[in-house]
Amino acid sequence: MSVVHVTVTAERPVPTRESDRLARLTRLARLARPALGLLLPVGAAVLWEIAVHAGLSDGRLLPPPSRIFQEFADLYRTGELQRHVTATLLRMAVGFGLGTVAGTLLGAISGYSGLMRRLIDPTLQGLRAVPSIAWIPLFILWLGIFETSKVALIAVGVFFPVYLGVMAAILSVDRKIVEVGQVFRLSPLAMVRRILLPAVLPAYVVSLRAGLGLGWMFVIAAEFMGASEGLGYLLIDGQQLGKPAEIVAAILAFAVLGKITDAILAGAAAPFLRWEDVVTRQ
Amino acid sequence: MLTLNNVGKTYPNGVRALEGATLAVAPGEIVVVVGGSGCGKSTLLRLVCGLDRPTHGAITLDGTPITAPHEKIGMVFQEPRLLPWLSVADNVGFGLTDRPREERHARVAMQLERVALHDKTAVWPRELSGGQAQRAALARALVTRPEVLLLDEPFSALDAFTRTDLQDHLLDLWADTRPTLLVVTHDVDEAVVLADRIAVMRPRPGRVFAEIEADLPRPRDRQSAAFDAVKRRVLNALDRSLNRTVKAHEDIRASQGAALWW
Repeated sequence: MSVVHVTVTAERPVPTRESDRLARLTRLARLARPALGLLLPVGAAVLWEIAVHAGLSDGRLLPPPSRIFQEFADLYRTGELQRHVTATLLRMAVGFGLGTVAGTLLGAISGYSGLMRRLIDPTLQGLRAVPSIAWIPLFILWLGIFETSKVALIAVGVFFPVYLGVMAAILSVDRKIVEVGQVFRLSPLAMVRRILLPAVLPAYVVSLRAGLGLGWMFVIAAEFMGASEGLGYLLIDGQQLGKPAEIVAAILAFAVLGKITDAILAGAAAPFLRWEDVVTRQ
Repeated sequence: MLTLNNVGKTYPNGVRALEGATLAVAPGEIVVVVGGSGCGKSTLLRLVCGLDRPTHGAITLDGTPITAPHEKIGMVFQEPRLLPWLSVADNVGFGLTDRPREERHARVAMQLERVALHDKTAVWPRELSGGQAQRAALARALVTRPEVLLLDEPFSALDAFTRTDLQDHLLDLWADTRPTLLVVTHDVDEAVVLADRIAVMRPRPGRVFAEIEADLPRPRDRQSAAFDAVKRRVLNALDRSLNRTVKAHEDIRASQGAALWW
């Protein structure tokens, strides 16, 4: 790819028909690159559609794409889709927010202070080992069956990767760069703001994305515990009423929402990370 | 006046990195510390810089003891240590954030001009070559106009051509405000090019073994016979410093006398 690119830049001063064609090709290639990722899922969907139409399968347990789209359209028309997506997104937003704040604060504290790390880290690592589902009965007893317990579960899921990421990032800040701050006699607060925060930012973004991913996992677990709306409810509903199209539609909605929220997070962080010296930039 | 009085550093693990180092550096003087690896020359610089505290003796600048980083003491490390998330200009202005915006911009621009990086103001450090990055680090240390500038093997990671170039550049910058320079190096040529006085250190435990005056006219001709003579004296002292049988009382402290003897 880069070879083609270099040729084009080199020939730019004298545009010939040949270089025009090359430029058009590279532009096409750039557009085609994300499309490459679509090849596999779209290809599989098309094949399945053909197979069902050809009568090779009745598509009862795995409905063909056309039936799933129909399901989406129906859910959208009745307003069900919007209602469930909104409910799930709201829970996610609150749970992710709480988990991120708590994870960042505690991660920063135990990364910054060795005493605090020895004090709180073993307990948190122990709690981290508890499977998420194990919390559900306790949360329901403590917080009731409604929103609070669900949000709490999501927050727990988000908390641990963020906590770990922040702590590890602070512990791995290069001593050499900290010494630069010391030579310039930065106050502890300025040291955090001008050295530590920017230094941990790349790892922080990674941990936020990991937290977001776990949050999406936990939101389903949360919505399995007696929700009356949300994409997780839609899954259970589809199972109980024997509607595989509804289940697959809910799964697809999860995939799309997960991908979009992750892209938003990554995109929001990108302007702050332009300085990074990474392989992909070349 | 920067003085080290019988300074020693023993690390918590029991390693005696430095013992009884005594050195006085006059304002505007360039003192270069040379020595084999493990002779405590980097430790010495970290102590003067205030990044570490001596376990024995005292370091004073104009009578004030140095126990923590001091505003009048600047430091250039072996690596550029630029902050990758700041542009070159912001890196150079890192120590000036308490100054008004206009003054900061003017001083950064002037200093970048002096190190010939004025066309690199807005780029990220990752886009600089090794020599450019070290020039930016030099500018960052000089822009606060320190009275004492410490340089810890500042050019050792650069190729030979860039190194001689930067040595001349450093002397040129030094001539602007004539700060006291304390340079650590293992490159004898570099020592003779830069120094008014060369302190040769001896390892295990690290201590100052000999002091050699290098009163050659500036700018110095690296090919001249006088240059070679000083270089030979330094190499000779280094050789003897590494010879464990040499007794402490043979240390050549009285540099004046030593010069006459030679």
